[in-house]
Amino acid sequence: MIDFEPTPEQQEDIKAAHAFARDLFRPVSRHYDEHEHDSPDELIDKMWEDRSKGTLALGLDVTAALRIEELCWGDAGLFMCVPGPGLGGAAVFASGTKEQVERFLGSFNEGGPKWGAMAMTESGCGSDTSAITTTAVRDGDHWVLNGEKIFVTWGKRAAENQDSLVVVWATVDKSAGRAGMKSFVVPAGTPGMRVEKLEKKMGIRASDTATLVFDDCRIPFENILGSPEVRKVDKSQTKGFKGAMATFDATRPIVGAMALGVGRAALDFVREALEKEGIKIRYGLRKQKLSALERDLMEMEANYKAARLLTLRALWMMSQLQPNNLESSMAKAKAGLAVTRITQKAVEIMGPLGYSRKHLLEKWMRDAKINDIFEGTGQINMLIVARRVLDFSRDQLK
Amino acid sequence: MISFSPSEEQQMIVTMVKQFANDEMRKIYRECDESGEIPDSVVETAWQLGLVASSMPEECGGFGGEHSAITGALIGEELAWGDLAMAMHILCPALVAYPLLEMGTDAQRKKYLPLLCGEKYKAATSALIEPHFDYDPHSLSTTARADGNDYVLNGDKCLVPLAAEADLLLIYAAADGRSQGFIVEKGAKGLEIGEREENMGIRGLATYGLNLKDCRVPRENRLGGEKAGDFDRILNCSQVGLSAMAIGVARAAFEYSRDYAKERVAFGEPIASRQAIAFMLAEMAIEIDATRLMTWEAAWKLDRKEDVTKEASLVKAYADDMVMMVTDRAVQILGGHGYIREHPVELWLRNGRGFATFDGMAMV
Ligand SMILES: Cc1cc2nc3c(=O)[nH]c(=O)nc-3n(C[C@H](O)[C@H](O)[C@H](O)COP(=O)(O)OP(=O)(O)OC[C@H]3O[C@@H](n4cnc5c(N)ncnc54)[C@H](O)[C@@H]3O)c2cc1C
Repeated sequence: MIDFEPTPEQQEDIKAAHAFARDLFRPVSRHYDEHEHDSPDELIDKMWEDRSKGTLALGLDVTAALRIEELCWGDAGLFMCVPGPGLGGAAVFASGTKEQVERFLGSFNEGGPKWGAMAMTESGCGSDTSAITTTAVRDGDHWVLNGEKIFVTWGKRAAENQDSLVVVWATVDKSAGRAGMKSFVVPAGTPGMRVEKLEKKMGIRASDTATLVFDDCRIPFENILGSPEVRKVDKSQTKGFKGAMATFDATRPIVGAMALGVGRAALDFVREALEKEGIKIRYGLRKQKLSALERDLMEMEANYKAARLLTLRALWMMSQLQPNNLESSMAKAKAGLAVTRITQKAVEIMGPLGYSRKHLLEKWMRDAKINDIFEGTGQINMLIVARRVLDFSRDQLK
Repeated sequence: MISFSPSEEQQMIVTMVKQFANDEMRKIYRECDESGEIPDSVVETAWQLGLVASSMPEECGGFGGEHSAITGALIGEELAWGDLAMAMHILCPALVAYPLLEMGTDAQRKKYLPLLCGEKYKAATSALIEPHFDYDPHSLSTTARADGNDYVLNGDKCLVPLAAEADLLLIYAAADGRSQGFIVEKGAKGLEIGEREENMGIRGLATYGLNLKDCRVPRENRLGGEKAGDFDRILNCSQVGLSAMAIGVARAAFEYSRDYAKERVAFGEPIASRQAIAFMLAEMAIEIDATRLMTWEAAWKLDRKEDVTKEASLVKAYADDMVMMVTDRAVQILGGHGYIREHPVELWLRNGRGFATFDGMAMV
């Protein structure tokens, strides 16, 4: 039955996440934006504690989206400092064997804060992942990795904190194209892996974005995720592959949820500012009767709603075990762009209040933009949607 | 719990209406648009599906089912996918039946609902829109003045579907500074039905202007009686109904242009293999889905009897823009062929443009 009511538990979750974001993120939001490579260590310890039971114990489901929206309403950059297996963990779950999941993630929650990063992008390729040049060469019981990865979220934390891990994509056979691409788990502190650089960014500055260099980096043979053999994925034996798709189809709407949080922060800001001025939005009036300001705000609200419902649907489908590749990309494409535009419009509407660094609104505009770039740019997600609705292969639509 | 799955019963209704839309409406919609006539037979066949009667009380001749705005939205989308003019014609009695069901006094329901639950289709309609570019449903120019045992109605209306054949008209007018509905029977003195209107789209649907000149209706014919009906809710139900229909029109245009783009070859490749075309289609698909989810959410709130003024007005404005964007692109994707009346996309574009003007012409 069609229903839009969160369960009572989810409503509690939302409240708790909101309070967490309000009390722990918002007060230090500006500081970590202005002091880019400062690490919020105290906060990280608190987050690590909370992870085992509280707001930050996040899965890949509707509940997670509801919480993440609240957390990113607080601060998207700080949310991205939350320790945990992250995208690296997602990759292990997606392509690893049971034994590997147990080995790499089994005791992840024990001890001190840890991170799991995922390194795909290189300076020469981002969207076109099949063009990666980092190599993995077998040497007896080891793989030897060589290459450079850029823009690795949690890159520094995952490479340097004990028991953290980085999942690195590399090619074992360049001539085999996609089929030659494999992922490898590189434990933190492995000799030959080093942090080369920390990026300075437009927004989400609390999140570390690192360049990782792999220089004859040796890892055990068993650290390859999935099969070491190079062959075209055959649909009949694709259990692991399907699992992979399902997991990646889950991370995209999660980015959607992050975007929503930032967008709602901006919307709340504008609504409150207008309320203070005694300006009421007159819903229910025909367009001809509305002010330009009201029309703008309503359009922003409607776009936020559209993105939110697409995001929740994508995750709901996943929990129903329905394939959601199309719906995930729809959600990500819509949310990334909608929130980019909502925050930009909010700054415009608020004039000097919007543009001033005294308020967080300008920061949210800078934070929002990343959601239309990582985990597949807006264009790449449109490409996926288009292929799906056209029933076209990668070759039929490039 | 958050869920996006229609109930089994709703899925059955959707399947049934889809089939009707495909087998009956899609066969004749172009002819209806050209001739301006919708054959009685198709309206009668639709009536037999019991789409309106199903949620009417048994004692009034209905099937006594629960009335649901979500179900209404699902039906509206499918019928409008078949053809918008026919969809509005077929569902026209609901413009009176649903407000009566929800807000009518016992006497009003007893007297009028049986007329709308008969074995045969009987036209009934409502008149809301007024012939000014900035007409405002909340401060109507049409007035109802209390006078003894009557209300006296004065004013002009337009875009009133089936006014000439309707036995019952629910006419909205301002009384005591707010908009209210008045039940007017066919042939009432002072009610003058104008010439049939000629519109850019929905040409199969017969719409009319009305003139009310000291038209007297008994006091007890004010919708909801002494208490008066909740006009905002009626408006919201209509906005949700129209949004659902906009989705149907857009989906029709999307599907047609998508299939065309896969077939049509230019510069050695199907045009759908070019991103300029493919991305248009992707955005159309995303916005159709987004509008549907927003429509469902507003309908869901309506079913919970909550105030949905915000949700309904947001989705209606969104749907107005969406259907225009989608139908325009559908024509664009067909190029010159899209402009030719052999293809349906120009019809959907003409129909789609109407939604920004339509008000009160659908109901859930
Ligand atoms: C803050 C941040 C964090 C990141 N975190 C990670 C991470 O943790 N791990 C990781 O591996 N990567 C990460 N990335 C990298 C990110 O995923 C890539 O930047 C992104 O995928 C785009 O790749 P690119 O920058 O090389 O742009 P390009 O691929 O060069 O794209 C440039 C432009 O061309 C468009 N384009 C490309 N191909 C097509 C096409 N076929 N059709 C139409 N348009 C196209 C793109 O949409 C874009 O507009 C991060 C990036 C940033 C900025």
